Amino acid sequence: MKRIYVNEEWCLGCRLCEYNCAFANSGKRDMVTALKGKPIFPRIHIEGDDKISYAVSCRHCTDPICVKSCIAGAIYKSDGVVQIRKNKCVGCFTCVLVCPYGALSPSESGVMQKCELCLTNSVGEPACVKGCPNRAIVYEERGALNE
Amino acid sequence: MSIEFIYPEFEVIRNESRCIACRVCERQCANEVHSYDPERGIMVADESKCVNCHRCVALCPTRALKIVKSDCALRENANWPQSTINEIYKQASSGGVLLSSMGNPNPLPVYWDKILINASQVTNPSIDPLREPMETKVCLGKKKQEIRRDENGKLVCEMTPQLELSVPIMFSAMSYGSISYNAHASLARAATELGILYNTGEGGLHEDFYVYGANTIVQVASGRFGVHKDYLEAAAAVEIKMGQGAKPGIGGHLPGAKIVGDVSRTRMIPEGTDAISPAPHHDIYSIEDLRQLVYSLKEATEYKKPVIVKVAAVHNIAAIASGIARSGADIISIDGFRGGTGAAPTRIRNNVGIPIELALASVDQRLREEGIRDNVSLVVGGSIRSSADVVKAVALGADACYIGTAALIALGCHLCRTCHSGKCNWGIATQRPDLVKRLNPDIGSKRLINLVRAWQHEIKELMGGMGINSIEALRGNRLMLRGVGLNEKELQILGISHAGE
Amino acid sequence: MRLEGQVRIPSGCAIAAVISREGRKMSGELITNAMKPMHDRSNGLGGGFAGYGIYPEYKDFYALHMFFDSRESRKECEAFLKERFEIVKSENIPTRKTPAITDEPIIWRYFVTPLKSVLESMQLDEKEFVARTVMKINTGMKNSFVFSSGKNMGTFKAVGFPEDVSEFYRLEEYEGYCWTAHGRYPTNTPGWWGGAHPFTLLDWSIVHNGEISSYDANRRFIEMFGYKCTLKTDTEVITYIMDYLIRVKGLTLDEAANVVAAPFWSTIDSMEDEEEKKKQIFLRTLFPSLLVTGPFSIVLGFSGGLMALNDRLKLRSMVVGEKDDKVFIASEEAAIRTMEPNAENVWAPAGGEAVIVHVKDGCY
Repeated sequence: MKRIYVNEEWCLGCRLCEYNCAFANSGKRDMVTALKGKPIFPRIHIEGDDKISYAVSCRHCTDPICVKSCIAGAIYKSDGVVQIRKNKCVGCFTCVLVCPYGALSPSESGVMQKCELCLTNSVGEPACVKGCPNRAIVYEERGALNE
Repeated sequence: MSIEFIYPEFEVIRNESRCIACRVCERQCANEVHSYDPERGIMVADESKCVNCHRCVALCPTRALKIVKSDCALRENANWPQSTINEIYKQASSGGVLLSSMGNPNPLPVYWDKILINASQVTNPSIDPLREPMETKVCLGKKKQEIRRDENGKLVCEMTPQLELSVPIMFSAMSYGSISYNAHASLARAATELGILYNTGEGGLHEDFYVYGANTIVQVASGRFGVHKDYLEAAAAVEIKMGQGAKPGIGGHLPGAKIVGDVSRTRMIPEGTDAISPAPHHDIYSIEDLRQLVYSLKEATEYKKPVIVKVAAVHNIAAIASGIARSGADIISIDGFRGGTGAAPTRIRNNVGIPIELALASVDQRLREEGIRDNVSLVVGGSIRSSADVVKAVALGADACYIGTAALIALGCHLCRTCHSGKCNWGIATQRPDLVKRLNPDIGSKRLINLVRAWQHEIKELMGGMGINSIEALRGNRLMLRGVGLNEKELQILGISHAGE
Repeated sequence: MRLEGQVRIPSGCAIAAVISREGRKMSGELITNAMKPMHDRSNGLGGGFAGYGIYPEYKDFYALHMFFDSRESRKECEAFLKERFEIVKSENIPTRKTPAITDEPIIWRYFVTPLKSVLESMQLDEKEFVARTVMKINTGMKNSFVFSSGKNMGTFKAVGFPEDVSEFYRLEEYEGYCWTAHGRYPTNTPGWWGGAHPFTLLDWSIVHNGEISSYDANRRFIEMFGYKCTLKTDTEVITYIMDYLIRVKGLTLDEAANVVAAPFWSTIDSMEDEEEKKKQIFLRTLFPSLLVTGPFSIVLGFSGGLMALNDRLKLRSMVVGEKDDKVFIASEEAAIRTMEPNAENVWAPAGGEAVIVHVKDGCY
């Protein structure tokens, strides 16, 4: 299936992906209304320093440890995409602890959130990929390499 | 401050109602214009550092930024424009020669814009390039030769070496050092994909790019940086650089700060030393010396590669070209006075040389009058800005065009003209690793390919309109051109009639 | 208004040609009749004919057909000719008065042979010498014009419809093994006889229908080699190209056709015959500036044969037919049927496909 891949060689650390992500999942019509004057809660994060940087988001593992460890049964995998039922999340942070990539994080409301590939929001395709100025984040089919 | 103070040339206008303080502008500005004021929770700008490269404008996710020309002006004076006064302030303060980058920006005549192209009506048909073959392929090299036959009367089909181009456009010489590794990678990959050539410039050829040799022109300039046997053998053609349109008559100077790592290795000079190209080649003080270098390079490459001689368009260009055409060179490349540069003394860039249109017209005509036009191919550069410029150049007599600035713009250059600072925010004219990585060659090469393909489509449309289905039939076809608003002398030099004639 | 030669005048046309492979003579009447059904392809501003084998008694001499504006210009030109040639015969070209043809210049013909001494001192072969002399007269002498300069052949042309031109020149009195004809539809009224076609140089004659878009590219290239395009017509430049390729460079007719109407690169790339492919690449690479684009159909006449050729897109009509020893070529089939109602194998050659007809050796 198509997945998000990042390439640190081209990541500029500009953090546009974080802002595009936060906006895409805000449900608001424009970025200013969505993000101005408040902290943002993106589902993708730039890691690194001024020498090297890269974006981190959910890998949608073949056998996701977050799904197994969720005490509320809020995390599930459907059509290859790991998703969260927000109304079931109890905010125990277990998934945050177990995820080896740091792909889960609390949302503005306190329940956990993660990258769901923008498949259900109004963007319809990963906003981080679409907005990356240097093609450091791509959304593509690479076979069963990581499955 | 005081008399040294020059009010910033640009103003950064931030629409506070749109700015979300994401700080992308801050992270992307190598000139450190933008910063975040945590006390007020807003972005602020130091305009004095802004070069108007538009990196922040282009990346701002909420379109909150624009850069405008400052309206803080001295009293208007047609004889003493503000830019002239500011230059005097700078020189009075520094005592130095002023440096500039990219081509001459002054409002000197652009003859391309005063030339119009013909189209067929009634007496012969225009041709639809979507329905009929439309050929843009050209071969560069010496054409003049005796026709020989074997004992059975069959043609002996041996030719002097030729360069084949799918479209009469090549990427002009820009050295590794003056532009980045990724810029070179983009040019090399695009040239290969397009079936055209790019030019290493005088900085040598990075070992990673030898694989693109069949689409590479290597340059031998007065500094001879990076010239060795493998370098010559790797290429499709060798270009002797005698001059550059932006700075005829002077050499080059790449500061030691840019001679780092691979640049130093590729140029074959120690790290940190200044790379100084002398003004002349010190083994070429006259035309007969040029002939010797041409044949030295041919010997070195076993007469398998065309040799190009590149000269700047100067007053006596027709006679110079005639000399070169008799020197054994296969191709003459002429660079007009609006050609780009990574750095040149401002006075030279703005005042030396002549327009490429006039140089091309007079050289082509002169070589024909002397009956030696088919000794050589003619390649012209120095501000070819569009497919229409290419068509006009070919109709004036060029075999192909070099594009440099247009290629850089395709790669993201916004013509801020501060290449000499080495802090190119678009990752082109810089060696700073964090900036170089901003140019992803996957994107860069694709954009170059798009540009040349788009121009190729337009060239075909223009040719089809004229009822010409091969670019060969356009070359030197000056009847397809008319001038507008040109005087008799200009028309005479261009060898075209005025519109309406 | 500027005259022909000072300005380029595009024109449409009718062409026709007939040749006997056996070298059998035909009167000029045959080709004249062929032009009649194509009357509407001309507009009365130019018509002309070329006949081969028409001067058997002077076949070793160059027949210079000339227009003069005045007696003085003829005297001046004659003096010039005498410095270079032995003139064995000098006479008026016989004409007959017809109301359709007016304002005729002085029309003269000379049968000449170059002076050996001059040839030697200039180190030129005979043909090159004659070609250069023609060029010199046509560019240098304002009121003299050579419109035919081959051996045992001649061109006859005027301002008028082709059939009237034929009557004027009494072509029914000439007999040749090959004839070509031209009716012109210029988009201007130059009213100058020299501008009518066929255009000739030495034995080459060309009739042409079309307006080539490569004109100035071709002209500026060919002028490097001593040719001067004084008429600014396609026909003139194509004649010089053929002369250069065949006589000067030594190409065959086929090879010259491959240069002028070169196969597309894509066609060359897909050729399976490696020899042929190499040859085509060679010719296209060496003579790119002699590629002719835009519509044309031409008949190139020469001693002992002719070649018909269309542009590579076939943007002008041209039909070929045969009957016994004769081959017919015309813009329209009707013209062929007029010459030979029972013509066989009538076909339209493809664009760029040269049709070459030779008269049997010894029969012309």
